[in-house]
Amino acid sequence: MKYVDEFRDGAVARGLAAAIAAELQPDRRYSFMEFCGGHTHAIARYGVAELLPPQVRMIHGPGCPVCVLPIGRIDQAIQMALDQGAIVATYGDTMRVPASQSLSLMKAKARGADIRMVYSAADALKLARQNPQREVVFFAIGFETTTPPTALALRQAAREDLPNFSVLCCHVLTPSAITHILESAEVRQYGTVPIDGFVGPAHVSIIIGSGPYEHFAEEYRKPVVIAGFEPLDVMQAVLMLVRQVNQGRAVVENEFTRAVTREGNLAAQAAVAEVFELRERFEWRGLGEVPYSALKIRPAYARFDAELRFGLGYTPVPDHKKCECGAILRGVKRPTDCTLFGTVCTPENPMGSCMVSSEGACAAHYSYGRFRDIPVVSVPA
Amino acid sequence: MCLALPARVLALLSADEAVVELGGVKKTVSMALTPEATVGDYVIVHVGHAIGLLDALEAERTLALFAEMAAAGDAAAAAAQAQAAAPGGGA
Repeated sequence: MKYVDEFRDGAVARGLAAAIAAELQPDRRYSFMEFCGGHTHAIARYGVAELLPPQVRMIHGPGCPVCVLPIGRIDQAIQMALDQGAIVATYGDTMRVPASQSLSLMKAKARGADIRMVYSAADALKLARQNPQREVVFFAIGFETTTPPTALALRQAAREDLPNFSVLCCHVLTPSAITHILESAEVRQYGTVPIDGFVGPAHVSIIIGSGPYEHFAEEYRKPVVIAGFEPLDVMQAVLMLVRQVNQGRAVVENEFTRAVTREGNLAAQAAVAEVFELRERFEWRGLGEVPYSALKIRPAYARFDAELRFGLGYTPVPDHKKCECGAILRGVKRPTDCTLFGTVCTPENPMGSCMVSSEGACAAHYSYGRFRDIPVVSVPA
Repeated sequence: MCLALPARVLALLSADEAVVELGGVKKTVSMALTPEATVGDYVIVHVGHAIGLLDALEAERTLALFAEMAAAGDAAAAAAQAQAAAPGGGA
């Protein structure tokens, strides 16, 4: 596929690995956090972790929207379907995320809840048009990439004056989550999570541009390199980060110039600004309540806001006691540090959210990396 | 979740919709977020919407940069190997 395969060339990847190795200062270690699950997936799937010199460690960040969705929000969606009899439309990724009472959207569906997987917010609108006698709720999750399509759907619903459509808005924001990590005790006070720089989001940055990262590169003195989701993109970004660290610089650089500009997609930003406003606080799985880290629907569109329309309250629900998703999302622990990993918690039967989406740190390691954990033992003949 | 792929615009259907092609698969997507895209352009498609354009020139530049970096890396690796293999080298 054009603009995909060229960015997966193995020989070039090995050359880039050698270039990174040649530039490393022998006496130091380099820890970079890849914020996006898309990068986590690419690193695990294409063996980027093996290609990188041992001095370079990649820490998986909280940039998988499915992984950071707290149980309480999924409970709300299930409640809409089971108690209010609404049709709940959602992206496939959210279907298997564990919720309260051993439920998930998928299991609620098996109990008779009308839950439909949709490919796009526009498909949720279609469902509302086709089922005028039913309430249709779009369970909207995702970062800045998925938000503009939801904004368009809300605008369209208002234009058509659709009486039976609403959105349960769980859209979250990338820059505030990165700031939150940099402010966290593990990074700031204890230094247990050393972060020398960030691989910045690919598709999120298409929408918001590279500009929003400038303030924290400056304020926290951490380099950021926006990178595409293909393996060569990630390796080039690591090389650029190593150079910044070596030179003592901390600026925003853009590796993904083929799709990202400093300003981003202005049409998308305008649609989002018209429909959404900042939420004062929002709970993230693993990060707790993060101030101004999410969006809510503006008063002008209140009639399409499922939380207001159905008087939904939010109840935070703690994760399973043994589940380490919270620590893994903050970069404090690795998937293999969790006793549930690969035993009771697998992609087929996930206990925690990091195992649900293929972009989650646990699912990525389970699918592509778990055999690395087993030492190779040669038996003499 | 953040899966988005570059697809080529085959035909504009209306102000807001287009048929795009990706590895032989054709799909109708919303163009509301990329009103400037025209036939032949590559757009990045995510959840049924084109969310941005792909700049072919910049893509070429990035690939050229990779090739340059990789060649420099290979040369450095070869030099290090030669040094290690040379008598008295590699110290």
